[in-house]
Amino acid sequence: MSDLTQKPAPAPSRPSRLAQMWDSDFAYAFRHSPVAIVALLVVLVLFLAALFAPWIAPHNPFDPATLNLMNGFTPPGQPNAFTQDTFLLGTDDQGRDVFSTILYGMRISLFVGISAVLLAMIIGVILGLVAAYVGGWVETLIMRVADVQLTFPAILVAMLIFGIAKGFTPPEYRNQMAIWVLIVAIALSDWVQFARVVRGAALVEKNKEYVQAARLIGRGSFPIMFRHILPNVLSPVLVISTISLALAIIAEATLSFLGVGAPPTQPSLGTLIRIGQGFLFSGEWWILFFPAVTLLALALSVNLLGDWLRDALNPKLR
Amino acid sequence: MLAYIIRRVFQSVIVLLVVGLVAFSMFRFVGDPIDNMLGQERTQADIDRLRTELGLDKPFPVQYFKFLQGAVEGNFGVSYRQGRPVSTIIAERAPATLELAAVSGFLAITLGIALGVFTAIRRQGFAANAIMTVSLIGVSLPTFLIGILLIYIFSVELDLLPSFGRGETVKIGNWSTGFLTASGLKALILPAITLGLYQMTLIMRLVRSEMLEVLRADYVRFARARGLTDRVINFRHALKNTLVPVITVTGLQLGSIIAFAIITETVFQWPGVGLLFINAIQFVDIPVMAAYLMLISVMFVSINLIVDLLYYAIDPRLRIDGRTA
Repeated sequence: MSDLTQKPAPAPSRPSRLAQMWDSDFAYAFRHSPVAIVALLVVLVLFLAALFAPWIAPHNPFDPATLNLMNGFTPPGQPNAFTQDTFLLGTDDQGRDVFSTILYGMRISLFVGISAVLLAMIIGVILGLVAAYVGGWVETLIMRVADVQLTFPAILVAMLIFGIAKGFTPPEYRNQMAIWVLIVAIALSDWVQFARVVRGAALVEKNKEYVQAARLIGRGSFPIMFRHILPNVLSPVLVISTISLALAIIAEATLSFLGVGAPPTQPSLGTLIRIGQGFLFSGEWWILFFPAVTLLALALSVNLLGDWLRDALNPKLR
Repeated sequence: MLAYIIRRVFQSVIVLLVVGLVAFSMFRFVGDPIDNMLGQERTQADIDRLRTELGLDKPFPVQYFKFLQGAVEGNFGVSYRQGRPVSTIIAERAPATLELAAVSGFLAITLGIALGVFTAIRRQGFAANAIMTVSLIGVSLPTFLIGILLIYIFSVELDLLPSFGRGETVKIGNWSTGFLTASGLKALILPAITLGLYQMTLIMRLVRSEMLEVLRADYVRFARARGLTDRVINFRHALKNTLVPVITVTGLQLGSIIAFAIITETVFQWPGVGLLFINAIQFVDIPVMAAYLMLISVMFVSINLIVDLLYYAIDPRLRIDGRTA
C-alpha cells in the first residue's frame, strides 16, 4: 500500500505556539486590562533598570574614586555651584548621584525580595505537598506550626528571626551576612501562605484518578508528589508568589528603614529612605523623595499585577 | 467544650515553651554570659564562682527551667548595653507604647466605624467613593512612608506639630503620661494617626461590607415599611448587627497595633518598647531581645486564646466537632 509509506499530510496549518498563546483566554484578558499592561510595563522597566544598573547608572555610587565631596547636595537637574556638574535626580550629602544609588538600591531590594519569595515558595510547597500527601501527625504538626505563625504579623516574625539570627552570627561576619539573614528571615515569615494554598489544592488533586493510576502502576510517593501533583497546583502558587513579592519588597524596605536590614555598605531602597529622612528638615527633599517614589512604584505595580493574575486565573470570575 | 478549652490552652503553653527555648538559647549560646558580666581583670576562681552562682554548671534542662522561672517572675537579667535590669527598662518604656497604642486604637475604632457606616449609607455619593479610593492607597503605602509624609506636611511645611519624641511628660507614680501636657498631646497626634491608619481602613472596609449586607436584610426592609426613620434603622437596627465580626477583628488587631508600634516609634523616635527592641537588635543586646520576644509572644498567644474561646462561646457551629482548621 503506497498510502502507508507516504508521509502523513501536514495538518491543516496549525497556528504556531506564539499565535496560540496570543489567542488564549489568559492573553486575551491581559490585552483587555490596561491596568495589567501598565503594571507589567512598570515592573519590566524597573526590573531591567535594576538588572543593568552597572551599565545604565552614570556613576558607581560605591566607588569612592568617582565621588567628589564638592558635589554634595546638588539639587536635581541644576548645575552644582562649585563643579558645574549636573545630576538628573541630584546628589546626597557625600556627592553620590541619587539616580545611581536608586538603581543599585533597587538591585538589592529586588534581589532580596525575589530570593526570599523563592525560598519561601520552596519551603512552603514542599511542606504543603508533604502535609497533604502524607497526612497523619506530619500534617497536624506542619499545619499547627503554620496556624500559630499566622497569628503573628509577618513583619514581626521577620524582625524576630533577623534579631535571633544576628545574635547567633559571629560579630565579624554580621555585615556580610546581613543580606542573607534578611532573605531567610523574610522567607521564613512568608512560607505559611504557600504551604496552606498548596495543601488545599493538593488535597483535592490527591483523590483524582490520575494519582490513583500512578499509584497503581507502582510509582513512589516522591515522584507522585513532585511529578504528578505539583504541576497541577502551580497556578495558585504563581498568584501567591506575585503578591508575596510585593509584600517581601515592602518588608525588606521596612526592615532596612528601621536599620535592622541591609547594611549601609549595601543600601537598598529602604536604607536610602532611612538616609533621606535625615535631610527632610534641611530642605534636601530629593534624597528622600526619589527612592520613596521608586519603592512605591515597584511595590504598587507588582501588587496590581498580582491582583490581576488572581482574577485572571480564577475560573469563577470568568 | 471542656476538651476544646484544655486542648487550646495546652497548645498555647507549648508555643510559649518553644518561644522560651529560643529566648533561652540566645542567652546561653550567643557569646559567653560570664564574659559579658566580668571585666578584663578576672581570675579563674571568679569565673568558677560566678558559674556556680548563675547555675551555668547545671545540665541544660535545669538551666532552662530556672530561666523560665525567672521569666515568669519578670526577671530577664541585665541589659548588656545599659547595665540595668531589663524589667526596669521595660517598665519605664511601657507607658509610652501603651498610651500610643490606646490612642491609635481608639482612633481606629471610632473613625473606622463612623466612616464605614457613612460609606455604606451613601454608597453612590462622591464623598464615599473618594474615601474608599483614598483608603485603597492608604493600605498599599508602607507604614513608615505614611509617617514620613505626615512629618513632611505637618512638621516641615506647616510647622504645626512636633516630629519626634513625646513632649513633656508628667509622672504619676511609676507611670509617665503625656496626656496631661499640651506638648505631650501635640506630640501624640502624628504617631497615633500613623499607627491607627491601617487598622482604621481595615475596620472601615469591614463595617462597610457588613452594613451593606445587613441593609439588604428583610428586617431592615420591614423596619422601613413600618415607617421608621433612616437614623433609627441605620444605627439601632443595622449597625448593631454588624458589630460581632467587628469586635472579633478588632480584638485580633490589638496585638498588631503593639507590633506595628515598632515601626511608628522608630519613625517618630517615640521612646517606647518598640524603639527599645529595634535598638536592642542593632546592638545585639540579647537580654532585652529575649525579654521582648517573650512579652510579645505571651501577649499574642493570650489574645488569640481569648478570641478563640469567645468565638467558640458565640458560634454554636464550632461546637459540633472541636477542629478549628
